[in-house]
Amino acid sequence: MPEAEAAVGSRRELEKRRRRAEREARFGAWYPRWYWPSFAAPATIWIAFLFVLPFYVVLSVTFGTVDAIFRNPLPVYQFWWWSGSQFVDTAQRFYGSNAFYQPTLIRTLWYVAVASLLCLVIGYAVAYYVARYGGKRKALFLVLLIAPLWIMYLMRMYAWQSLLTSDGWINDLLMFLHVIGHPVNWLEGKPITVIIGLVYGYIPYMILPIYGQLDRIDKNLLEAGRDLGAGPVRTFVRVTLPLSKQAILAGMIIVTLPMFGDYYTNDLLSGSPKTSMLGNIIDSSVIQPGQGPLAGSLVVLLMVLLLIPMWYYLRSTKRAVEMG
Amino acid sequence: MNETTAPAPTIERTPAAAAPVARTSRGFGRRFRNPWRKPRFLAGITWLYLAWSILPVAIAVLFSFNSGRSRSTWQGFSLQWWTGDPFNSLWHDPVLHDALIQSFRLSIITMIVAVPLGTLFAIGLDRWRGRVAAGANFAMLLSFVLPEIIIGVALFLFFTNLLKHVVGLGTIPQILGLVTFQISYAVIIVRARLLSIGKGYEEAAMDLGASPTQAVRRVLMPLLYPAIFASFVLVFADSVDDFIIVRYLSGPASSEPLSVKIYAAARASPTPAVNAAATVLLGTTLFAALLGLLVYRIATRGQRGGDAAKEFVSLQV
Repeated sequence: MPEAEAAVGSRRELEKRRRRAEREARFGAWYPRWYWPSFAAPATIWIAFLFVLPFYVVLSVTFGTVDAIFRNPLPVYQFWWWSGSQFVDTAQRFYGSNAFYQPTLIRTLWYVAVASLLCLVIGYAVAYYVARYGGKRKALFLVLLIAPLWIMYLMRMYAWQSLLTSDGWINDLLMFLHVIGHPVNWLEGKPITVIIGLVYGYIPYMILPIYGQLDRIDKNLLEAGRDLGAGPVRTFVRVTLPLSKQAILAGMIIVTLPMFGDYYTNDLLSGSPKTSMLGNIIDSSVIQPGQGPLAGSLVVLLMVLLLIPMWYYLRSTKRAVEMG
Repeated sequence: MNETTAPAPTIERTPAAAAPVARTSRGFGRRFRNPWRKPRFLAGITWLYLAWSILPVAIAVLFSFNSGRSRSTWQGFSLQWWTGDPFNSLWHDPVLHDALIQSFRLSIITMIVAVPLGTLFAIGLDRWRGRVAAGANFAMLLSFVLPEIIIGVALFLFFTNLLKHVVGLGTIPQILGLVTFQISYAVIIVRARLLSIGKGYEEAAMDLGASPTQAVRRVLMPLLYPAIFASFVLVFADSVDDFIIVRYLSGPASSEPLSVKIYAAARASPTPAVNAAATVLLGTTLFAALLGLLVYRIATRGQRGGDAAKEFVSLQV
């Protein structure tokens, strides 16, 4: 009998609703257990297979063996059979008697340190000016500051490279100003070219977070500092600078992380082993056949080197994403 | 006092009042201590910086119209590197032509796959708690933070070792790699928007009798459209410009997109046709950015969260 069935159905339905209402009262809105996980599932599976698993393969290649005849890497996927000989081999190139990568490592640290400090000094000045004195032009300034992020990094380097050729406009300009007597080969292994290239490439990533924080500083605090007798310098050192400390740290990390993995700036602006950086070693080892273990060990080493800044950045990104 | 707008005029108005003080003081020290002096030095640095950051690119665009082979000496205006030259111009060189198409193919497919994945992930993770969720969240953020070369090498070793006999390097690994790298952008943008929306609208919908799915589809999704659209634009622009991951995962020369070709050409002997190719990519991303800003502005009109342009800008920081 359909009516009775419907009645039973509706009674069951009522019972269900009553239970749901009870749970709702306890937990807020009620959802089936699997409901939200099912939204996140596709991307979670994607990340597991194409991000986590590849890093396991990196470890398997790094701690695996090499084919005795062809010298091909033979990854070992069973982690209980892993051996560290390849990794130790690579690590010894950085430290010890036969450390032929050590100069590259030291050079990388130097270049990154100088370039990121230059980014900070120039970037802070620009961010400070736009945040404090931008006035009606602030929107225009912001567009101009963000524009480089939308321009391909390669194109910016390529543009810079064209200007620096020996018959390029930079040499013309410097000769016109009588700074130099004859054209300089800027593109042949000059550290200054590479460092300025790195600054040119990454400085927008420094300016924007600093600008963001400086813009949020309550102007009343600055006026209070002034009212209490502090001059502009004291106000800056005692009020503005401490309030922008976090942005400085964030900017430094955002800028240094990619610099450590950068090989293209060097390739386009120098291409000489005299200025090669860690990224260049990794890049050349990836391209050469049979150098998988070397590339893997270098990647693992780079990750170890970047562990602390990455951890800090991860924590602050997580906080920013979750707190808004 | 409204902290963003009100103080600015007070600063700008004060120089007149302070001018006598400034006039009587002499020497660098006094002038330096004057809080109302115009920041000429900082202004100079800022304008120099802006010129330095924009001009080289503008000059590179200009040289795509050079009539000679050089990309550094101006020899007059011509369209030969765009359309004129029957072999080496962007329009006629089959290599550049195919590379441009490959660029668009990769970035459009990446955008279509990565943004829905990232959006769903962001919604799910906003409400799903537990160990698996925390792990997935961590991996996602890690993929955002890692230098791209590390992800590139990891994917390269993954495809050339574990999947050696499954799929050869080329378009498919390139897309899989790009999507992996780009999901996190969509996640971060959508989660920021979810936070600014809050849970109120959804709860109201469910109080009015909507099922969870109806609440998501009819209430939450429309509110998320601006963020989803912004992620489409950002992911597209970023994957058109990408060359690190794509280069490691490219197989035959035909699978190399324009960015990789530009990289190779820039290290050899580039002609202004390379400038033209780069200009096309530049125009594409700038167009996408402009479109993104416009649509974002229209879509968020009259909603809480304030200035749309500012929000769109802040997405990129």
